[in-house]
Amino acid sequence: MTEFEPRIVGFLCNWCSYRGADLAGTARMKSSPNVRPIRVMCSGRVEPTFILKAFQLGADGVLVLGCHLGDCHYAQGNYKTLRRMPLLKKMLAQLGIEEERVLLDWVSASEGARFVSIVNDMTEKVRALGPFKQNSQEAKHG
Amino acid sequence: MKKITIDPFTRLEGHGRIDIFLDDEGNVANAYLRIPEFRGFEKFCEGRPVEELPRITTRICGVCPSAHHMASAKAVDAVFHVEPPSAAKKVRELYYSAHMCHSHIAHFYVLAAPDFVLGPTADPAERNLLGLIAKVGLETGMEVIKHRAYAQDIQAVIGGKATHSVCGLPGGVSKAITEDERRDFEEKSKSMVEFSKLSLKIFDDVVLKNKDYVDLVLSDMYTLKSYYMGLVDANNKVNFYEGDVRVVDSEGKEFAKFKPADYLDYIAEHVEPWTYLKFPFLKKIGWKGLVEGKDSGVYRVAPLARLNAADGMATPLAQAEYERMYQTLGGKPVHHTLAMHWARLIELQYAAERLLELCQDPEITDPNVRTIPTATPDDGIGIIEAPRGTLIHHYQTDEHGMVKKVNLIVATGNNNAAMCMSIKKVAQALIQKGKEATEGILNMIEMAYRAYDPCIACATHSLPGQLPLEVVIYNAKGKEVKRLSQYLS
Amino acid sequence: MAKLKLAIYWSASCGGCDVAILDTNEKILQVAEIADIVFWPIALDFKRHHVEAMPDKDIDICLFNGAVRTSEQEEIAKLLRAKSKTMVAFGSCAHLGGIPGLSNFSNRAQAFERAYVESQSCDNPDKVFPQTMTNVAEGELELPEWWDTVKALNQVVDVEYYIPGCPPTVPIISQLVDALAAGNLPPVGTVFGSDKALCEECPRTKEEKTIDKIYRPHEIIPDPEKCLLEQGIICIGPATRGGCEARCIKANMPCRGCFGPPPGVTDQGAKMVSAIASILGLENEKDLSAEYVESLMNQVKDPAGTFYRFGLPTAMINRKRI
Repeated sequence: MTEFEPRIVGFLCNWCSYRGADLAGTARMKSSPNVRPIRVMCSGRVEPTFILKAFQLGADGVLVLGCHLGDCHYAQGNYKTLRRMPLLKKMLAQLGIEEERVLLDWVSASEGARFVSIVNDMTEKVRALGPFKQNSQEAKHG
Repeated sequence: MKKITIDPFTRLEGHGRIDIFLDDEGNVANAYLRIPEFRGFEKFCEGRPVEELPRITTRICGVCPSAHHMASAKAVDAVFHVEPPSAAKKVRELYYSAHMCHSHIAHFYVLAAPDFVLGPTADPAERNLLGLIAKVGLETGMEVIKHRAYAQDIQAVIGGKATHSVCGLPGGVSKAITEDERRDFEEKSKSMVEFSKLSLKIFDDVVLKNKDYVDLVLSDMYTLKSYYMGLVDANNKVNFYEGDVRVVDSEGKEFAKFKPADYLDYIAEHVEPWTYLKFPFLKKIGWKGLVEGKDSGVYRVAPLARLNAADGMATPLAQAEYERMYQTLGGKPVHHTLAMHWARLIELQYAAERLLELCQDPEITDPNVRTIPTATPDDGIGIIEAPRGTLIHHYQTDEHGMVKKVNLIVATGNNNAAMCMSIKKVAQALIQKGKEATEGILNMIEMAYRAYDPCIACATHSLPGQLPLEVVIYNAKGKEVKRLSQYLS
Repeated sequence: MAKLKLAIYWSASCGGCDVAILDTNEKILQVAEIADIVFWPIALDFKRHHVEAMPDKDIDICLFNGAVRTSEQEEIAKLLRAKSKTMVAFGSCAHLGGIPGLSNFSNRAQAFERAYVESQSCDNPDKVFPQTMTNVAEGELELPEWWDTVKALNQVVDVEYYIPGCPPTVPIISQLVDALAAGNLPPVGTVFGSDKALCEECPRTKEEKTIDKIYRPHEIIPDPEKCLLEQGIICIGPATRGGCEARCIKANMPCRGCFGPPPGVTDQGAKMVSAIASILGLENEKDLSAEYVESLMNQVKDPAGTFYRFGLPTAMINRKRI
């Protein structure tokens, strides 16, 4: 029996979280292989459309990691992200997309272990939820 | 009884379909009016902020959106336990009187009058508004277009847009009327009063002076004995915007009079598996099936019913016409379905007079048109008289005003049982001993249905709402004997 | 120039688009000069079999209003597509899915349960539901099947032009009529209306957008001159195509997005999330805790139903997963 392997898209900011992920890699830390990283210059670049698109294309979960608040390379970028995400998640919940499928968190360049912990944790949460099916009720559909 | 099989549906979109079953002698055993359309407003309004419902429920119908807008506004007032300022209520009623004018003009001239002006069995190619204009003259035709436009203009100024207005809010309306606007409305209203007189005159000349038509109106096949329901003011006069719901029995005696908030004690809905449209009925009498008379819970709404349920009209010209109608047709209540057209024009007269009255009310330009709600929202009911009948919006919310439950009993839906019966009666009278069913017969059946000015979009809180009609007659071997259709998609 | 052949059809529609065409008043006469209406169920007697009998591409232009939610509506959309040179999605329902699209928050079973059983006035103890096939004393009766999911026209057939609005405005309809009369239609794929967001034509004054409180329209009496969003009332204008003359705004009510997204925007709802998040809690953003930010955003009561009021079927996530 093949276990469901979640496909999680991860938007990682260039200055902090992407480097944190790299650190985890170079330190040969073991982590779930389920996150597909996409490097953005700032977590503030991640617009809601990206997240919807990820789900539209078949992702089971979306992870957004930025610098810790106060440490953003562009000073305010992650404050925008901090405001967008709760509103987006509320909207997604109305569309039947569970809270645990979208996560915003902060990882610094030196926090390889933290990166691994977040990734593992999320992978298991999404695994428990099962695959994301865009239209789970296709019946009676042209 | 010969068993009749129905051809598989190939064309379905929102039309009323009549299936007629013939017995061994070729007489009509039964006829079913089926509405194959449904949309689900009652479900998808759940989870919405309740103050948005006046803007969402207008989309139940693009011909009478203002009726839904007003019923919804009253319902949200009730949900928030808030009373709009007096000026706001007058603005709403002014707006709504204009809407009644638009709707009744549209129905009478575009849908109904061609049957009488051109004749029920006239060539379908001419039996429409254009044929009507050719017969009554371009000048009259332009008056029709002009006055419907006036009515739409007034709604657009007050409501932002005529179709799918936005001004209704819990506690009032979003915009007051300026003096310039008021003056413009007053001119338009005066013209509307004159135009209503003209319309009644046309009806008189074309229908009442024609013995064949009068016989048709009085004929048994177009008669149905039922209860009648409508909103009345404190003096038991017809009011479209506000009042109590009054029901009279088939002999004209008051059967019930209740406040909108109590509607659930009086009205319930029955479901049949062969149509999407539910059947409202009087709870205290009970659902006895599709039968006429005092022991059946079937009731009717819309112009004739409103006039039957009231003791008169609140404005002088309309009152005079009201008295004339009952004198002519032999007293109250009138059961002749085709008299709906006359009642509709009397209502047009009232709507125009009321419109003018409100335009001249000193309070109508008062800038204070909003009361901010402060109470915790929970449950509210708004009832209004839509052009096509009593319209009920009932909303339940949580303590934040987010909608939990919506119940809609929509105008034409109240007439569902009556329409079924009217159609069956006409079919039984015209198709006998297997007689040939012609296009003219189709139209005569349609006339029974058309008098109700049915709005299928409303009735099924669904789309589309066109009036395509198909009559299919099959014999026992499942062979199609006749298929007559109009406006089919 | 030979007269154009024009078809006007209403699918899952409220009828408002057809009324809008009638509301053009005298313009209708101009239409009659340049076109023969060969199919218009609300007003004329031509039937489906007339359309079936036409050669392909015989109809010059078809104005199709209404969403698509049954297989029969899809059939007719395809029939008209085959018989028409040009297909126009007329009105919000055909363009975006429209208000009926809100049905995509639930499904057939839930909608039926609500209407035929749970409804407060329903007297249905035996849980009778409308059936696609019923046996009555005299024979059998059929009803059409109702889909779980509502679709816009271009999710079913190719569409050349879009006339936005709920309903479309008379000036925009006139634009189309004029283009037809002159034989001068814009590039295929054009959505009529403005190329800018509604804010461009909104008459209200716009200053600094930074708010920390959201007001629902009935909670305050807004200043009639100032931008509604700046007063804390959610207005979808920033994420909505202009061209409607801001009629709702002029009636002191916020935009709800019926013209759909502006050019270049794929998902109207996603853009509104960005827009609101950009201005709400902007002041002192560095000092706000995550919990406080969450509470600020919770003031938006129904994001999906407000931001996708007219366009859920054409959103990136086009229905609720159930």
